[in-house]
Amino acid sequence: MSLDRSDVERIAHLARLQIDESDIPSYTENLSSILNLIDQMQQTDTSGVEPLANPLDAVLRLREDVVSEVNQRAALQSVSPAVEEGLFLVPKVIE
Amino acid sequence: MEWEVVIGLEIHVQLSTTTKIFSGASTAFGAEPNTQACAVDLALPGTLPVFNENALRMAVMFGLAVNAEIGKRSVFERKNYFYPDLPKGYQTTQLAEPIVGAGYVDIETDDGVKRRVRLHHAHLEEDAGKSLHEDFHGMSGIDLNRAGTPLVEIVSEPDMRSSKEAAAYARKIHAIVTTLGICDGNMAEGSMRCDCNVSIRPKGQETLGTRTELKNINSFRFIERAIDTEVARQIDLIEDGGKVVQETRLYDPDKNETRSMRSKEDANDYRYFPCPDLLPVVIDDSYIDAIRATLPELPDARRARFIEEFGLSEYDAGVLSSYRAQADYYEQAVKACGDAKLAANWVMGELAKYLNQSDTDIKDSPISAEQLGGLLVRIKDNTISGNIAKKVFELMWSKGGSADDIIETEGLKQVTDTGAIEKIVDEVIANADKQVEQYKAAEPEKRGKMLGFFMGQVMKATGGKANPGAVTGILKQKLDALCN
Repeated sequence: MSLDRSDVERIAHLARLQIDESDIPSYTENLSSILNLIDQMQQTDTSGVEPLANPLDAVLRLREDVVSEVNQRAALQSVSPAVEEGLFLVPKVIE
Repeated sequence: MEWEVVIGLEIHVQLSTTTKIFSGASTAFGAEPNTQACAVDLALPGTLPVFNENALRMAVMFGLAVNAEIGKRSVFERKNYFYPDLPKGYQTTQLAEPIVGAGYVDIETDDGVKRRVRLHHAHLEEDAGKSLHEDFHGMSGIDLNRAGTPLVEIVSEPDMRSSKEAAAYARKIHAIVTTLGICDGNMAEGSMRCDCNVSIRPKGQETLGTRTELKNINSFRFIERAIDTEVARQIDLIEDGGKVVQETRLYDPDKNETRSMRSKEDANDYRYFPCPDLLPVVIDDSYIDAIRATLPELPDARRARFIEEFGLSEYDAGVLSSYRAQADYYEQAVKACGDAKLAANWVMGELAKYLNQSDTDIKDSPISAEQLGGLLVRIKDNTISGNIAKKVFELMWSKGGSADDIIETEGLKQVTDTGAIEKIVDEVIANADKQVEQYKAAEPEKRGKMLGFFMGQVMKATGGKANPGAVTGILKQKLDALCN
Protein backbone atom coordinates (compact mmCIF):
# COMPACT_ATOMS: atom_id res chain seq x y z
CA MET A 1 0.00 0.00 0.00
CA SER A 2 1.42 3.38 -0.84
CA LEU A 3 0.41 6.80 0.39
CA ASP A 4 0.40 9.95 -1.64
CA ARG A 5 1.14 13.49 -0.69
CA SER A 6 -2.43 14.35 0.31
CA ASP A 7 -2.57 11.37 2.71
CA VAL A 8 0.51 12.62 4.50
CA GLU A 9 -0.87 16.14 4.69
CA ARG A 10 -4.11 14.82 6.11
CA ILE A 11 -2.39 12.65 8.72
CA ALA A 12 -0.24 15.59 9.76
CA HIS A 13 -3.32 17.75 10.10
CA LEU A 14 -5.14 15.17 12.21
CA ALA A 15 -2.14 14.98 14.54
CA ARG A 16 -1.82 18.79 14.46
CA LEU A 17 1.76 18.46 13.22
CA GLN A 18 3.31 21.18 11.16
CA ILE A 19 5.65 19.63 8.61
CA ASP A 20 8.07 21.13 6.17
CA GLU A 21 6.95 21.04 2.57
CA SER A 22 10.34 19.64 1.63
CA ASP A 23 10.01 16.73 4.09
CA ILE A 24 6.77 15.42 2.60
CA PRO A 25 8.39 13.09 0.03
CA SER A 26 10.50 11.32 2.66
CA TYR A 27 7.54 11.04 5.08
CA THR A 28 5.48 9.60 2.26
CA GLU A 29 8.11 6.97 1.57
CA ASN A 30 8.68 6.08 5.24
CA LEU A 31 5.01 5.82 6.10
CA SER A 32 4.36 3.75 2.97
CA SER A 33 7.02 1.26 3.95
CA ILE A 34 5.51 0.94 7.43
CA LEU A 35 2.15 0.21 5.82
CA ASN A 36 3.80 -2.33 3.59
CA LEU A 37 5.08 -4.14 6.65
CA ILE A 38 1.55 -4.09 8.08
CA ASP A 39 0.24 -5.45 4.78
CA GLN A 40 2.69 -8.30 5.12
CA MET A 41 1.55 -8.98 8.69
CA GLN A 42 -2.08 -8.94 7.55
CA GLN A 43 -1.38 -11.99 5.38
CA THR A 44 -0.83 -14.14 8.47
CA ASP A 45 -3.73 -16.47 9.13
CA THR A 46 -5.18 -15.32 12.47
CA SER A 47 -8.41 -17.30 12.40
CA GLY A 48 -9.09 -18.65 15.86
CA VAL A 49 -6.82 -16.10 17.52
CA GLU A 50 -8.48 -13.77 20.02
CA PRO A 51 -7.91 -10.07 19.26
CA LEU A 52 -5.40 -8.67 21.74
CA ALA A 53 -6.45 -5.54 23.63
CA ASN A 54 -3.33 -5.45 25.75
CA PRO A 55 -0.11 -7.51 25.66
CA LEU A 56 -0.11 -7.99 29.44
CA ASP A 57 -1.86 -11.13 30.56
CA ALA A 58 -3.76 -9.39 33.34
CA VAL A 59 -7.05 -7.67 34.02
CA LEU A 60 -7.73 -4.14 35.19
CA ARG A 61 -7.41 -3.33 38.87
CA LEU A 62 -10.21 -1.31 40.36
CA ARG A 63 -10.13 1.64 42.72
CA GLU A 64 -12.51 2.41 45.58
CA ASP A 65 -14.72 5.47 45.00
CA VAL A 66 -13.10 7.66 47.66
CA VAL A 67 -11.64 11.14 47.18
CA SER A 68 -7.85 10.94 47.38
CA GLU A 69 -6.89 14.14 45.58
CA VAL A 70 -6.78 17.52 47.27
CA ASN A 71 -7.01 20.89 45.55
CA GLN A 72 -3.59 21.72 44.11
CA ARG A 73 -4.73 24.35 41.66
CA ALA A 74 -2.05 26.89 42.49
CA ALA A 75 0.76 24.38 42.03
CA LEU A 76 -0.74 22.86 38.90
CA GLN A 77 -1.36 26.23 37.28
CA SER A 78 2.10 27.57 38.11
CA VAL A 79 3.37 26.04 34.87
CA SER A 80 0.55 27.46 32.72
CA PRO A 81 1.32 30.30 30.33
CA ALA A 82 -1.98 32.09 31.04
CA VAL A 83 -4.46 31.80 33.90
CA GLU A 84 -7.30 34.01 35.00
CA GLU A 85 -9.96 33.60 37.70
CA GLY A 86 -8.78 30.04 38.16
CA LEU A 87 -9.30 29.21 34.48
CA PHE A 88 -6.66 28.08 32.03
CA LEU A 89 -6.60 30.54 29.13
CA VAL A 90 -6.16 29.24 25.61
CA PRO A 91 -6.41 30.82 22.16
CA LYS A 92 -10.09 31.49 21.46
CA VAL A 93 -12.05 28.46 20.31
CA ILE A 94 -15.56 28.85 19.00
CA GLU A 95 -17.36 26.21 17.01
CA MET B 1 -45.95 12.73 -0.01
CA GLU B 2 -46.35 11.07 3.36
CA TRP B 3 -43.13 11.01 5.35
CA GLU B 4 -42.03 8.73 8.13
CA VAL B 5 -39.80 10.15 10.84
CA VAL B 6 -36.96 7.97 12.12
CA ILE B 7 -35.24 8.90 15.39
CA GLY B 8 -32.41 7.39 17.39
CA LEU B 9 -31.10 8.89 20.63
CA GLU B 10 -27.70 9.02 22.26
CA ILE B 11 -28.10 9.91 25.90
CA HIS B 12 -25.15 10.83 28.10
CA VAL B 13 -25.77 10.13 31.75
CA GLN B 14 -23.38 11.51 34.37
CA LEU B 15 -22.87 8.87 37.02
CA SER B 16 -23.26 10.08 40.58
CA THR B 17 -19.96 8.70 41.81
CA THR B 18 -17.98 10.58 44.45
CA THR B 19 -14.83 10.67 42.34
CA LYS B 20 -13.78 10.74 38.69
CA ILE B 21 -13.73 7.65 36.53
CA PHE B 22 -9.93 7.43 36.42
CA SER B 23 -8.73 9.64 39.29
CA GLY B 24 -9.46 10.29 42.95
CA ALA B 25 -10.58 13.89 42.37
CA SER B 26 -14.05 14.89 43.58
CA THR B 27 -16.97 15.23 41.14
CA ALA B 28 -19.06 17.57 43.33
CA PHE B 29 -20.97 20.13 41.26
CA GLY B 30 -20.35 23.87 41.56
CA ALA B 31 -16.78 24.01 42.89
CA GLU B 32 -14.39 26.86 42.03
CA PRO B 33 -12.87 26.34 38.57
CA ASN B 34 -10.08 23.75 38.38
CA THR B 35 -10.07 23.01 42.12
CA GLN B 36 -11.24 19.46 41.36
CA ALA B 37 -8.91 18.81 38.45
CA CYS B 38 -5.91 16.77 39.55
CA ALA B 39 -2.74 15.85 37.66
CA VAL B 40 -4.46 12.83 36.06
CA ASP B 41 -7.42 14.93 34.86
CA LEU B 42 -4.98 17.50 33.48
CA ALA B 43 -3.08 14.77 31.61
CA LEU B 44 0.24 15.78 33.07
CA PRO B 45 3.11 13.56 31.86
CA GLY B 46 3.70 10.42 33.88
CA THR B 47 0.16 10.10 35.25
CA LEU B 48 -1.84 6.92 34.78
CA PRO B 49 -5.57 6.22 35.04
CA VAL B 50 -6.99 3.94 37.76
CA PHE B 51 -10.55 2.79 37.15
CA ASN B 52 -13.30 3.61 39.67
CA GLU B 53 -15.16 0.44 40.70
CA ASN B 54 -18.31 2.39 41.52
CA ALA B 55 -18.59 3.62 37.92
CA LEU B 56 -18.38 0.00 36.76
CA ARG B 57 -21.02 -1.08 39.28
CA MET B 58 -23.41 1.70 38.19
CA ALA B 59 -22.98 0.85 34.51
CA VAL B 60 -23.78 -2.79 35.28
CA MET B 61 -26.87 -1.73 37.26
CA PHE B 62 -28.08 0.19 34.25
CA GLY B 63 -27.45 -2.77 31.94
CA LEU B 64 -29.45 -5.09 34.19
CA ALA B 65 -32.31 -2.57 34.38
CA VAL B 66 -32.67 -2.43 30.58
CA ASN B 67 -32.60 -6.18 30.06
CA ALA B 68 -29.18 -6.08 28.46
CA GLU B 69 -26.35 -8.54 28.20
CA ILE B 70 -23.48 -7.40 30.46
CA GLY B 71 -20.03 -7.40 28.92
CA LYS B 72 -17.99 -9.71 31.14
CA ARG B 73 -14.98 -8.37 29.34
CA SER B 74 -14.94 -4.75 28.25
CA VAL B 75 -12.17 -2.66 26.80
CA PHE B 76 -11.37 1.04 27.01
CA GLU B 77 -10.27 2.72 23.81
CA ARG B 78 -8.95 6.13 22.89
CA LYS B 79 -11.05 8.40 20.71
CA ASN B 80 -8.63 10.95 19.33
CA TYR B 81 -9.51 14.57 18.69
CA PHE B 82 -8.17 17.96 19.69
CA TYR B 83 -10.08 20.41 21.79
CA PRO B 84 -8.77 22.50 24.70
CA ASP B 85 -11.25 21.04 27.20
CA LEU B 86 -9.83 17.56 26.49
CA PRO B 87 -6.28 17.81 27.82
CA LYS B 88 -5.15 14.32 26.83
CA GLY B 89 -5.99 14.84 23.16
CA TYR B 90 -8.25 11.77 23.36
CA GLN B 91 -11.34 10.72 25.22
CA THR B 92 -11.13 7.40 27.02
CA THR B 93 -14.27 5.53 25.97
CA GLN B 94 -15.44 2.12 24.82
CA LEU B 95 -16.28 1.01 21.29
CA ALA B 96 -15.85 -2.60 20.19
CA GLU B 97 -16.39 -4.19 23.61
CA PRO B 98 -18.70 -2.02 25.74
CA ILE B 99 -19.80 -2.83 29.28
CA VAL B 100 -23.51 -3.01 28.32
CA GLY B 101 -24.67 -4.86 25.19
CA ALA B 102 -28.02 -4.85 23.40
CA GLY B 103 -31.12 -4.33 25.55
CA TYR B 104 -34.51 -2.63 25.38
CA VAL B 105 -37.01 -0.43 27.18
CA ASP B 106 -40.77 -0.19 26.69
CA ILE B 107 -42.21 3.28 26.27
CA GLU B 108 -45.66 4.81 26.08
CA THR B 109 -46.45 8.32 24.87
CA ASP B 110 -49.05 10.62 26.44
CA ASP B 111 -51.45 9.75 23.63
CA GLY B 112 -51.10 6.05 24.28
CA VAL B 113 -48.65 4.87 21.58
CA LYS B 114 -46.68 1.92 22.96
CA ARG B 115 -43.35 0.84 21.57
CA ARG B 116 -40.33 -1.26 22.46
CA VAL B 117 -37.16 0.73 21.84
CA ARG B 118 -34.05 -1.39 21.39
CA LEU B 119 -30.76 -0.24 22.83
CA HIS B 120 -27.77 -0.85 20.61
CA HIS B 121 -25.39 -0.75 23.58
CA ALA B 122 -24.25 1.50 26.44
CA HIS B 123 -20.64 2.26 27.22
CA LEU B 124 -18.53 3.93 29.88
CA GLU B 125 -16.50 7.01 29.08
CA GLU B 126 -15.16 10.20 30.59
CA ASP B 127 -16.66 13.67 30.33
CA ALA B 128 -14.66 16.62 28.99
CA GLY B 129 -14.08 19.95 30.72
CA LYS B 130 -15.91 23.18 30.01
CA SER B 131 -14.89 26.02 27.72
CA LEU B 132 -15.98 29.57 28.54
CA HIS B 133 -15.81 31.91 25.61
CA GLU B 134 -16.86 35.21 27.10
CA ASP B 135 -14.63 38.08 27.94
CA PHE B 136 -11.08 36.84 28.41
CA HIS B 137 -9.37 39.37 26.13
CA GLY B 138 -9.94 37.26 23.06
CA MET B 139 -8.98 34.03 24.84
CA SER B 140 -11.13 31.11 25.98
CA GLY B 141 -11.20 30.04 29.62
CA ILE B 142 -10.97 26.33 30.44
CA ASP B 143 -12.41 24.70 33.58
CA LEU B 144 -11.42 21.05 33.92
CA ASN B 145 -13.46 20.20 37.04
CA ARG B 146 -15.83 18.17 34.88
CA ALA B 147 -13.02 16.46 32.95
CA GLY B 148 -12.99 12.79 33.88
CA THR B 149 -16.50 12.66 35.35
CA PRO B 150 -17.86 9.19 34.53
CA LEU B 151 -20.54 8.98 31.86
CA VAL B 152 -22.63 6.17 30.52
CA GLU B 153 -23.56 6.82 26.91
CA ILE B 154 -26.75 5.02 25.98
CA VAL B 155 -27.18 4.46 22.26
CA SER B 156 -30.62 3.48 21.01
CA GLU B 157 -31.51 1.86 17.70
CA PRO B 158 -33.38 4.18 15.29
CA ASP B 159 -36.66 2.80 16.61
CA MET B 160 -38.65 5.92 17.40
CA ARG B 161 -41.16 7.30 14.92
CA SER B 162 -42.18 10.64 16.41
CA SER B 163 -40.84 13.42 18.62
CA LYS B 164 -43.30 12.33 21.30
CA GLU B 165 -41.83 8.83 21.30
CA ALA B 166 -38.33 10.29 21.57
CA ALA B 167 -39.37 12.37 24.58
CA ALA B 168 -41.13 9.36 26.16
CA TYR B 169 -37.97 7.29 25.66
CA ALA B 170 -35.78 9.99 27.24
CA ARG B 171 -38.21 10.22 30.17
CA LYS B 172 -38.05 6.46 30.63
CA ILE B 173 -34.24 6.47 30.68
CA HIS B 174 -34.40 9.37 33.16
CA ALA B 175 -36.82 7.42 35.36
CA ILE B 176 -34.59 4.34 35.27
CA VAL B 177 -31.30 6.07 36.10
CA THR B 178 -32.81 8.17 38.88
CA THR B 179 -34.60 5.15 40.33
CA LEU B 180 -31.35 3.22 40.28
CA GLY B 181 -29.72 6.21 41.99
CA ILE B 182 -26.85 6.21 39.49
CA CYS B 183 -27.57 9.75 38.24
CA ASP B 184 -29.17 12.77 39.90
CA GLY B 185 -31.13 13.40 36.69
CA ASN B 186 -30.63 17.15 36.83
CA MET B 187 -30.86 18.09 33.16
CA ALA B 188 -30.36 21.81 33.76
CA GLU B 189 -26.94 21.09 35.30
CA GLY B 190 -26.09 18.75 32.43
CA SER B 191 -26.33 15.49 34.38
CA MET B 192 -28.27 14.04 31.47
CA ARG B 193 -27.70 15.27 27.91
CA CYS B 194 -29.35 14.13 24.79
CA ASP B 195 -28.28 13.98 21.13
CA CYS B 196 -31.04 13.16 18.63
CA ASN B 197 -30.35 11.53 15.27
CA VAL B 198 -33.20 12.50 12.96
CA SER B 199 -34.03 11.45 9.41
CA ILE B 200 -37.13 11.13 7.25
CA ARG B 201 -38.11 8.69 4.52
CA PRO B 202 -41.17 8.20 2.32
CA LYS B 203 -43.65 6.03 4.20
CA GLY B 204 -43.11 2.40 3.29
CA GLN B 205 -39.51 2.82 2.20
CA GLU B 206 -37.04 0.41 3.79
CA THR B 207 -33.74 2.28 3.53
CA LEU B 208 -33.05 5.10 5.95
CA GLY B 209 -32.77 8.71 4.84
CA THR B 210 -29.71 10.84 5.54
CA ARG B 211 -29.69 11.84 9.19
CA THR B 212 -28.69 14.94 11.03
CA GLU B 213 -27.61 14.97 14.66
CA LEU B 214 -29.12 17.50 17.07
CA LYS B 215 -26.63 18.09 19.88
CA ASN B 216 -26.88 18.54 23.61
CA ILE B 217 -30.56 19.07 24.18
CA ASN B 218 -31.19 19.55 27.87
CA SER B 219 -34.94 19.24 28.46
CA PHE B 220 -37.69 16.83 27.46
CA ARG B 221 -39.73 19.66 26.01
CA PHE B 222 -36.83 20.77 23.84
CA ILE B 223 -36.36 17.21 22.55
CA GLU B 224 -39.87 17.36 21.11
CA ARG B 225 -39.56 20.87 19.77
CA ALA B 226 -36.08 20.41 18.31
CA ILE B 227 -37.12 17.23 16.48
CA ASP B 228 -40.36 18.77 15.18
CA THR B 229 -38.43 21.77 13.90
CA GLU B 230 -35.76 19.64 12.26
CA VAL B 231 -38.30 17.29 10.65
CA ALA B 232 -40.15 20.27 9.15
CA ARG B 233 -36.84 21.62 7.82
CA GLN B 234 -35.91 18.28 6.22
CA ILE B 235 -39.35 17.88 4.61
CA ASP B 236 -39.22 21.39 3.16
CA LEU B 237 -35.70 20.79 1.92
CA ILE B 238 -36.51 17.52 0.15
CA GLU B 239 -39.83 18.68 -1.25
CA ASP B 240 -38.04 21.69 -2.73
CA GLY B 241 -35.72 19.31 -4.53
CA GLY B 242 -32.82 19.61 -2.08
CA LYS B 243 -30.86 17.01 -0.16
CA VAL B 244 -30.26 16.52 3.55
CA VAL B 245 -26.57 16.77 4.41
CA GLN B 246 -25.23 14.56 7.19
CA GLU B 247 -24.10 17.05 9.80
CA THR B 248 -24.34 18.14 13.40
CA ARG B 249 -26.92 20.81 14.10
CA LEU B 250 -27.60 22.94 17.13
CA TYR B 251 -31.11 23.65 18.38
CA ASP B 252 -31.78 27.24 19.39
CA PRO B 253 -34.77 27.24 21.76
CA ASP B 254 -35.20 31.02 21.58
CA LYS B 255 -35.58 31.12 17.81
CA ASN B 256 -37.01 27.58 17.65
CA GLU B 257 -34.71 26.64 14.79
CA THR B 258 -31.81 24.29 14.15
CA ARG B 259 -28.62 25.46 12.52
CA SER B 260 -25.54 23.76 11.17
CA MET B 261 -22.73 23.37 13.69
CA ARG B 262 -20.05 21.44 11.88
CA SER B 263 -20.01 19.00 9.03
CA LYS B 264 -19.42 15.41 10.07
CA GLU B 265 -17.27 14.60 7.05
CA ASP B 266 -14.39 13.77 9.38
CA ALA B 267 -16.57 11.29 11.22
CA ASN B 268 -14.17 8.39 10.77
CA ASP B 269 -11.10 10.26 11.83
CA TYR B 270 -11.26 9.55 15.54
CA ARG B 271 -8.68 6.80 15.06
CA TYR B 272 -9.92 4.64 17.92
CA PHE B 273 -7.50 2.13 19.37
CA PRO B 274 -7.38 0.16 22.63
CA CYS B 275 -5.98 2.30 25.44
CA PRO B 276 -2.57 0.87 26.37
CA ASP B 277 -2.82 2.43 29.83
CA LEU B 278 -5.87 0.37 30.76
CA LEU B 279 -6.18 -3.40 30.82
CA PRO B 280 -9.41 -5.14 29.83
CA VAL B 281 -12.11 -5.00 32.52
CA VAL B 282 -13.13 -8.54 33.43
CA ILE B 283 -16.07 -9.35 35.71
CA ASP B 284 -17.75 -12.64 36.54
CA ASP B 285 -21.28 -13.89 37.20
CA SER B 286 -20.98 -13.54 40.95
CA TYR B 287 -20.14 -9.84 40.57
CA ILE B 288 -23.14 -9.32 38.29
CA ASP B 289 -25.47 -11.39 40.47
CA ALA B 290 -24.47 -9.44 43.57
CA ILE B 291 -25.43 -6.21 41.79
CA ARG B 292 -28.67 -7.74 40.53
CA ALA B 293 -29.61 -8.48 44.12
CA THR B 294 -29.33 -4.79 45.03
CA LEU B 295 -31.58 -3.43 42.25
CA PRO B 296 -34.54 -1.40 43.53
CA GLU B 297 -38.06 -1.80 42.18
CA LEU B 298 -37.91 -0.32 38.66
CA PRO B 299 -40.39 2.26 37.31
CA ASP B 300 -42.34 -0.20 35.10
CA ALA B 301 -42.82 -2.65 37.96
CA ARG B 302 -43.79 0.10 40.37
CA ARG B 303 -46.29 1.54 37.92
CA ALA B 304 -47.91 -1.87 37.50
CA ARG B 305 -48.06 -2.28 41.27
CA PHE B 306 -49.63 1.17 41.75
CA ILE B 307 -52.39 0.21 39.31
CA GLU B 308 -52.88 -3.20 40.90
CA GLU B 309 -52.51 -2.30 44.56
CA PHE B 310 -53.94 1.24 44.66
CA GLY B 311 -56.40 1.16 41.77
CA LEU B 312 -54.76 4.19 40.13
CA SER B 313 -55.31 5.06 36.48
CA GLU B 314 -52.48 4.16 34.08
CA TYR B 315 -51.71 7.85 33.68
CA ASP B 316 -51.53 8.63 37.41
CA ALA B 317 -49.48 5.50 38.09
CA GLY B 318 -47.11 6.45 35.28
CA VAL B 319 -46.56 9.97 36.57
CA LEU B 320 -46.10 8.90 40.19
CA SER B 321 -43.67 6.07 39.40
CA SER B 322 -41.51 8.06 36.98
CA TYR B 323 -39.39 9.58 39.73
CA ARG B 324 -38.30 7.48 42.63
CA ALA B 325 -38.35 10.21 45.27
CA GLN B 326 -41.90 11.12 44.23
CA ALA B 327 -43.02 7.49 44.24
CA ASP B 328 -41.50 7.00 47.71
CA TYR B 329 -43.20 10.16 48.95
CA TYR B 330 -46.51 9.04 47.52
CA GLU B 331 -46.34 5.63 49.16
CA GLN B 332 -45.57 7.19 52.54
CA ALA B 333 -48.49 9.59 52.15
CA VAL B 334 -50.80 6.66 51.32
CA LYS B 335 -49.59 4.85 54.41
CA ALA B 336 -50.23 7.95 56.53
CA CYS B 337 -53.76 8.65 55.27
CA GLY B 338 -55.02 5.29 54.02
CA ASP B 339 -56.54 6.72 50.83
CA ALA B 340 -54.49 6.02 47.68
CA LYS B 341 -56.58 8.11 45.30
CA LEU B 342 -56.81 11.15 47.55
CA ALA B 343 -53.05 10.97 48.09
CA ALA B 344 -52.46 10.70 44.33
CA ASN B 345 -54.59 13.78 43.68
CA TRP B 346 -52.73 15.85 46.26
CA VAL B 347 -49.21 14.70 45.37
CA MET B 348 -49.81 15.34 41.66
CA GLY B 349 -51.96 18.42 42.26
CA GLU B 350 -51.35 20.88 45.07
CA LEU B 351 -47.95 19.53 46.10
CA ALA B 352 -46.62 19.36 42.50
CA LYS B 353 -47.89 22.91 41.93
CA TYR B 354 -46.04 24.31 44.94
CA LEU B 355 -42.87 22.32 44.13
CA ASN B 356 -42.87 23.58 40.55
CA GLN B 357 -43.51 27.17 41.50
CA SER B 358 -40.63 27.20 43.95
CA ASP B 359 -38.42 24.94 41.80
CA THR B 360 -38.05 22.51 44.69
CA ASP B 361 -37.23 18.82 44.40
CA ILE B 362 -39.75 16.63 46.20
CA LYS B 363 -36.83 15.32 48.30
CA ASP B 364 -36.57 18.82 49.78
CA SER B 365 -40.31 19.40 50.15
CA PRO B 366 -41.04 21.53 53.22
CA ILE B 367 -44.11 19.35 53.76
CA SER B 368 -43.24 15.75 54.55
CA ALA B 369 -45.32 12.81 53.35
CA GLU B 370 -46.46 12.26 56.93
CA GLN B 371 -47.60 15.89 57.25
CA LEU B 372 -49.53 15.66 54.00
CA GLY B 373 -51.03 12.35 55.13
CA GLY B 374 -52.18 14.05 58.35
CA LEU B 375 -53.94 16.72 56.30
CA LEU B 376 -55.66 14.17 54.06
CA VAL B 377 -56.96 12.31 57.12
CA ARG B 378 -58.80 15.50 58.14
CA ILE B 379 -60.40 15.82 54.69
CA LYS B 380 -61.50 12.22 54.87
CA ASP B 381 -63.12 12.52 58.29
CA ASN B 382 -64.89 15.76 57.29
CA THR B 383 -63.03 17.93 59.78
CA ILE B 384 -62.23 20.29 56.89
CA SER B 385 -63.42 20.71 53.32
CA GLY B 386 -61.16 20.40 50.27
CA ASN B 387 -61.01 24.18 49.96
CA ILE B 388 -60.01 24.76 53.54
CA ALA B 389 -57.46 21.97 53.13
CA LYS B 390 -55.74 24.07 50.47
CA LYS B 391 -55.48 26.90 52.95
CA VAL B 392 -54.05 24.54 55.60
CA PHE B 393 -51.62 23.25 52.97
CA GLU B 394 -50.45 26.76 52.22
CA LEU B 395 -49.84 27.49 55.92
CA MET B 396 -48.10 24.16 56.37
CA TRP B 397 -45.87 24.97 53.38
CA SER B 398 -44.90 28.42 54.64
CA LYS B 399 -44.84 27.90 58.39
CA GLY B 400 -44.60 24.16 58.98
CA GLY B 401 -46.49 22.29 61.69
CA SER B 402 -49.07 19.54 61.58
CA ALA B 403 -52.45 19.88 59.93
CA ASP B 404 -54.19 19.34 63.27
CA ASP B 405 -52.27 22.17 64.93
CA ILE B 406 -53.01 24.57 62.06
CA ILE B 407 -56.71 23.67 61.98
CA GLU B 408 -56.85 24.19 65.74
CA THR B 409 -54.94 27.49 65.98
CA GLU B 410 -56.53 29.00 62.88
CA GLY B 411 -59.99 27.83 63.90
CA LEU B 412 -60.60 26.19 60.54
CA LYS B 413 -62.61 23.25 61.75
CA GLN B 414 -65.56 22.61 59.51
CA VAL B 415 -68.96 23.52 60.95
CA THR B 416 -71.16 20.44 60.64
CA ASP B 417 -73.46 21.35 63.50
CA THR B 418 -76.86 21.68 61.78
CA GLY B 419 -78.19 24.14 64.33
CA ALA B 420 -75.31 26.54 63.77
CA ILE B 421 -75.61 26.31 59.99
CA GLU B 422 -79.38 26.83 60.13
CA LYS B 423 -78.87 30.00 62.10
CA ILE B 424 -76.51 31.42 59.50
CA VAL B 425 -78.77 30.35 56.64
CA ASP B 426 -81.67 32.17 58.27
CA GLU B 427 -79.58 35.33 58.53
CA VAL B 428 -78.48 35.13 54.90
CA ILE B 429 -82.06 34.64 53.69
CA ALA B 430 -83.31 37.50 55.84
CA ASN B 431 -80.75 39.86 54.31
CA ALA B 432 -81.34 38.92 50.68
CA ASP B 433 -84.89 39.88 49.86
CA LYS B 434 -84.13 40.57 46.23
CA GLN B 435 -82.48 37.22 45.59
CA VAL B 436 -85.20 35.41 47.52
CA GLU B 437 -87.86 37.03 45.30
CA GLN B 438 -85.90 36.00 42.19
CA TYR B 439 -85.64 32.48 43.55
CA LYS B 440 -89.37 32.29 44.17
CA ALA B 441 -90.13 33.63 40.68
CA ALA B 442 -87.84 31.15 38.93
CA GLU B 443 -88.97 27.89 37.35
CA PRO B 444 -88.48 25.11 39.93
CA GLU B 445 -85.92 23.29 37.73
CA LYS B 446 -83.79 26.45 37.45
CA ARG B 447 -83.68 27.08 41.16
CA GLY B 448 -80.76 24.69 41.72
CA LYS B 449 -78.43 27.01 39.87
CA MET B 450 -79.59 29.97 41.91
CA LEU B 451 -78.42 28.35 45.14
CA GLY B 452 -74.87 29.50 44.31
CA PHE B 453 -75.45 33.03 45.57
CA PHE B 454 -76.79 31.89 48.94
CA MET B 455 -74.09 29.24 49.23
CA GLY B 456 -71.44 31.93 48.68
CA GLN B 457 -72.98 34.13 51.37
CA VAL B 458 -73.05 31.31 53.90
CA MET B 459 -69.43 30.39 53.12
CA LYS B 460 -68.44 34.03 53.48
CA ALA B 461 -70.17 34.27 56.82
CA THR B 462 -68.44 31.10 58.08
CA GLY B 463 -65.03 31.76 56.55
CA GLY B 464 -65.52 28.75 54.29
CA LYS B 465 -65.79 26.43 57.23
CA ALA B 466 -69.38 25.28 56.81
CA ASN B 467 -69.75 21.76 55.46
CA PRO B 468 -70.83 22.35 51.84
CA GLY B 469 -73.11 19.29 51.72
CA ALA B 470 -74.94 20.29 54.86
CA VAL B 471 -75.34 23.91 53.71
CA THR B 472 -76.83 22.90 50.37
CA GLY B 473 -79.39 20.68 52.01
CA ILE B 474 -80.50 23.27 54.54
CA LEU B 475 -80.62 26.12 52.02
CA LYS B 476 -82.74 24.14 49.62
CA GLN B 477 -85.13 23.08 52.32
CA LYS B 478 -85.59 26.59 53.71
CA LEU B 479 -85.88 28.38 50.36
CA ASP B 480 -88.29 25.86 48.95
CA ALA B 481 -90.39 26.25 52.08
CA LEU B 482 -90.70 29.98 51.24
CA CYS B 483 -91.95 29.17 47.75
CA ASN B 484 -94.97 27.21 48.91
